[in-house]
Amino acid sequence: MSNITEILNILDKSGEKTDPAKIAQMLGSTEEEVQSIIRGLEKDNIIVGYKTLINWERTDREFVDALIELKITPQRGEGFDKVAEKIYKYPQVKSLYLMSGAYDLAVMIEGRTMKDVALFVAEKLAPMDHILSTATHFVLKKYKNDGLIFYDNEEDTRQVITL
Amino acid sequence: MIDYKKLLNKTVADIPPSGIRKFFDLAAQMDDVISLGVGEPDFATPWGIREAGIYSLERGRTFYTANAGLLELRQEICRYTERKFGVSYNPENEVLVTVGGSEAIDLMIRSVINPGDEVLIPEPSFVCYKPITELAGGVPVVIETLEKDEFRLTPEQLKNAITSRTKVLILPYPNNPTGAIMRRCDLEAIADVLDGTDILVLSDEIYGELVYSDEPPCTFSAIDGMRERTIVVNGFSKAFAMTGWRLGYALGPKEIILPMTKVHQYGIMSSPTTSQFAAIEAMRSCDADVEAMRREYNYRRRYIVDGFRKMGLSCFEPLGAFYIFPCIKPTNMSSEEFCARLLEEEHVACVPGNAFGKCGDGYIRCSYAYSVDSIEKALKRISKFVEKYTK
Repeated sequence: MSNITEILNILDKSGEKTDPAKIAQMLGSTEEEVQSIIRGLEKDNIIVGYKTLINWERTDREFVDALIELKITPQRGEGFDKVAEKIYKYPQVKSLYLMSGAYDLAVMIEGRTMKDVALFVAEKLAPMDHILSTATHFVLKKYKNDGLIFYDNEEDTRQVITL
Repeated sequence: MIDYKKLLNKTVADIPPSGIRKFFDLAAQMDDVISLGVGEPDFATPWGIREAGIYSLERGRTFYTANAGLLELRQEICRYTERKFGVSYNPENEVLVTVGGSEAIDLMIRSVINPGDEVLIPEPSFVCYKPITELAGGVPVVIETLEKDEFRLTPEQLKNAITSRTKVLILPYPNNPTGAIMRRCDLEAIADVLDGTDILVLSDEIYGELVYSDEPPCTFSAIDGMRERTIVVNGFSKAFAMTGWRLGYALGPKEIILPMTKVHQYGIMSSPTTSQFAAIEAMRSCDADVEAMRREYNYRRRYIVDGFRKMGLSCFEPLGAFYIFPCIKPTNMSSEEFCARLLEEEHVACVPGNAFGKCGDGYIRCSYAYSVDSIEKALKRISKFVEKYTK
């Protein structure tokens, strides 16, 4: 496996910008090399950003997440990209995927209340050109997100010393 | 009043109690200990394997299996061994499923040793070979491997240790506690010495998948002419993170596997059924899980080796298992003193090297079956300690 893939694996797991010196130690490389690879990956937008994954359900912040299925007429020469761009520019849209199967775009939306989300769909998405239909599904509980389990604290229950 | 001492079997009574037991108990009672002392993976068993065990319980598969283990599991073990190591075995009579690798070691030694037979044991190594040999009436003959040889057994050492009474050579590689491996060329040199003798080999390859060199892992039975004299011991504990399931296996010629099965039949009956069903899934579809864990261990391995070298302690590069074996001689302490003080002063638990044989003195075993963050914390404390005592 190349150092680039290894660095991406480590960063993907740690979920934060791990100290390049530490990564270098893990890969048997130098800090300078790791730093320059990371800079290159950031410049090429392969590393798009660093985010903290938060289980907001355990805070008192009020919010609601929804998945909205959209059926769309693709545009000549643009495919789905133009419509997608119009959608992902809204800050309420957390993720947007082009899907195979029964619908075309999957939009993950966050709002403060269900009404917020419903209004966003009714006023912004549904009337947009080329959108044929919408179906809104509210998220009731998140069990796992981006590979991390939200309700599972596996403690180290091993003996302190075993041979 | 019964004098129990008089009633005990003499060999059992004479096996010395572990001298470092007290140290272990102390570590277990202490709060705030960062341990590098554990000989098992920190990963839980991959979920697919756990789920297969649960499913077998739901279906009521709660009965004894065949003495040698479920035929389906033995078939999967043979396929796996062929796929990974390129050696084929007959599932009907050349595989025995045991209660951990340890039982397989015990069975092999008990099945072949007559009183007075010598068993060659390279040290430092896992602690069970000597007592098991003694319990079987055999004579353990220790071969002290050296740091300058990267703790590999050399053909010269082997030649010098062989006598007319030598019955078995133990090959404990990849090695606990040193992390040493034997490359194919090293194994071939050992095979040259054994060629033409009647010496049997017990190749303990429980860490066989956890190798970090560029060469693919090699089993001793893959070396020309060695299959007929070799019992390979492997299992699920380390590579598949299944220590608590207690499941291992032995592979070898039927002339030895069948007598071992006889002993197993009377002592154990059959290995745990739930574990066997789970293990089928492990053999069949968990190569990717094993590889992901191996990759993670490799990151930690490089990280911890670098950390010890930065402290000024020499540490040969271990290419197997999940241990490193740094030399602590610059502190002028014995292994036990080093570990006891390190525990007391910095609350870090490591295992003294002499727990694995006299020649392990001057070294400590550190496991890297821990997250990089834990290793980082431990290294900081050890570094402070080493600095204090090497000035």
